[in-house]
Amino acid sequence: MRLDLQNIGFGYGARTVGSGVTLTVGEGEVLALLGPNGAGKTTLFKTMLGLLPPKEGEVRLDGVPLAGLSRTERARMIAYVPQAHAALFPFTVRDVVLMGRAARLAPFAAPAKRDREIASQALDRLGMAHLATRPYTEISGGERQMALIARALAQEPKILVMDEPSASLDYGNQMRVLSHIRRLAVEGISVILSTHNPDHVFMVADRVALLHDGALAALGRPNDVLTSERLKQLYDIDVVIGVLPGSDTLVCSPRLNLGEV
Amino acid sequence: MKDSTDSNLKLIVFGIAGLIVLAILSMAIGKYAVSPSTILAVLLSGITGDTSGIDPIQSTVIWNVRLPRVAAGLLIGASLAAAGATYQGLFRNPLVSPDILGVSAGASLGAVLAIFLEMPVPVIQASSFCGGLLAVGAVYGVGAAVRNRDPVLTLVLAGVAIGAVVGAGISLIKILADPYDQLPAITYWLLGSLTAVTRGDVGSILPAVLIGFIPLILLRWRMNVMTLGDEEAQTLGVDTRITRSALIAGATLITAASVSIAGIVGWIGLVIPHIARLLVGPDFRKLLPASIMLGGGYMLVVDTLARSIARIEIPLGILTAVVGAPFFLWLLASGRKGWS
Repeated sequence: MRLDLQNIGFGYGARTVGSGVTLTVGEGEVLALLGPNGAGKTTLFKTMLGLLPPKEGEVRLDGVPLAGLSRTERARMIAYVPQAHAALFPFTVRDVVLMGRAARLAPFAAPAKRDREIASQALDRLGMAHLATRPYTEISGGERQMALIARALAQEPKILVMDEPSASLDYGNQMRVLSHIRRLAVEGISVILSTHNPDHVFMVADRVALLHDGALAALGRPNDVLTSERLKQLYDIDVVIGVLPGSDTLVCSPRLNLGEV
Repeated sequence: MKDSTDSNLKLIVFGIAGLIVLAILSMAIGKYAVSPSTILAVLLSGITGDTSGIDPIQSTVIWNVRLPRVAAGLLIGASLAAAGATYQGLFRNPLVSPDILGVSAGASLGAVLAIFLEMPVPVIQASSFCGGLLAVGAVYGVGAAVRNRDPVLTLVLAGVAIGAVVGAGISLIKILADPYDQLPAITYWLLGSLTAVTRGDVGSILPAVLIGFIPLILLRWRMNVMTLGDEEAQTLGVDTRITRSALIAGATLITAASVSIAGIVGWIGLVIPHIARLLVGPDFRKLLPASIMLGGGYMLVVDTLARSIARIEIPLGILTAVVGAPFFLWLLASGRKGWS
């Protein structure tokens, strides 16, 4: 499924955060959204998900305006993976994943056998089956992130929107999450993710969009877009980009600025 | 995989059996003691119509005094606990009680005003019921009028503000009221009691309670999704505005109905959902029946104590707090699961 943003202006209430964002995410494509704090990534995500109405322009799913679809219809196509958060009530991991079925069930229905099977499959896929009966409040941050991805998969979406999926994870879990993202893309799910780590963009993204002060600063393949100059513009730091021996992706090496003493 | 409907059924069967035993014990206890076997015989005679060998005084005590009171206690305890469980989930806050949106305050103002105007009991009850609904209606109206803010936070803040205005109204009437006649009646009402409850009272709130429970029962699984918060629930495909309205309407209806005949009975709506969560976990499909049964049982025990441990009847609001508060503190200190 294709997601189109056409000349989107976005913001909260009377406040406009950004404007003029036009981009397309194709089927099975991974698009990374990179930008400094306060660039408007979260607000843009909320607009993509239909949580905030666009100030101008239109969000479309395979050409159909998002604004014309019900919450349920949207949730059957786009799933959202929030950053791993602390839940208030100690639902089991399985119950959390089952909540992904809400969009597939009638308002008064409860999950049936088939829904439980789909939830179990989603947990299996992420190697989380052994945690199914543990309270979500008692597992680690990395495990919570995996549980939220499993919940999104139980939704059976065509598009995944992930808010900094590798934040708050340890080194190993970061790579595991990125591997899962790549695998999902191979299966035809489109993924839009935000990140603060350009290395992750090189590893996992087909294309990258740089968001700066609410506008698209660049859009294209990571190797073309992520240059030392651009990162300098974006973050005001000096970065060396290159390939390490034995590695096949580019990596960034930022320099510390110790000031002029 | 454990079948959740199976364990749910077991829970409900055990709970109902426990409540029946409690109800019979409660009917037996009192200044006029009646043995449990007599109670069973009297209740049976009501079904068969065969009154031979039954003392008419005992029959009157059970049918007209004890049974209505036990029924009211069960109904009100169950309602307050269920409403508390719903509000706690909706507002994602374990410290929330059914009073959060001003239903109790509104109901109090309605009752207090009717007492002040020397209205008969049915009018006091009706005025209280309407006051509770009106207060929540006003809070909800403010919440709907304010756009572009977190709707849950707006509701809570509007509830606090309108609760304060209503509280000021109650204080004003208390000052104006006749200190020898009306003020004690007002004070007594605000502390909650089932002393004067009749069969007619139970019958008059039953429809409102049953209607109020409908959305809670139908939306019992969606309620789980609502505890994730507004935006997350929306991305999962839930129309949170409609779902929240239906749940608030149901919980408010059963609370207003309960308060209208019992007065303010605090603590049940706050503490019982916690105990239920400790026992069965946060899944509302189990939490709702557990809260209903524990709330009903707790209210029965407290009301039985209220009318039997002292020469005078002790107001329910005092007893629920005296029993409930230490338990709540223990819960807080022990840092059990289900609290988080």
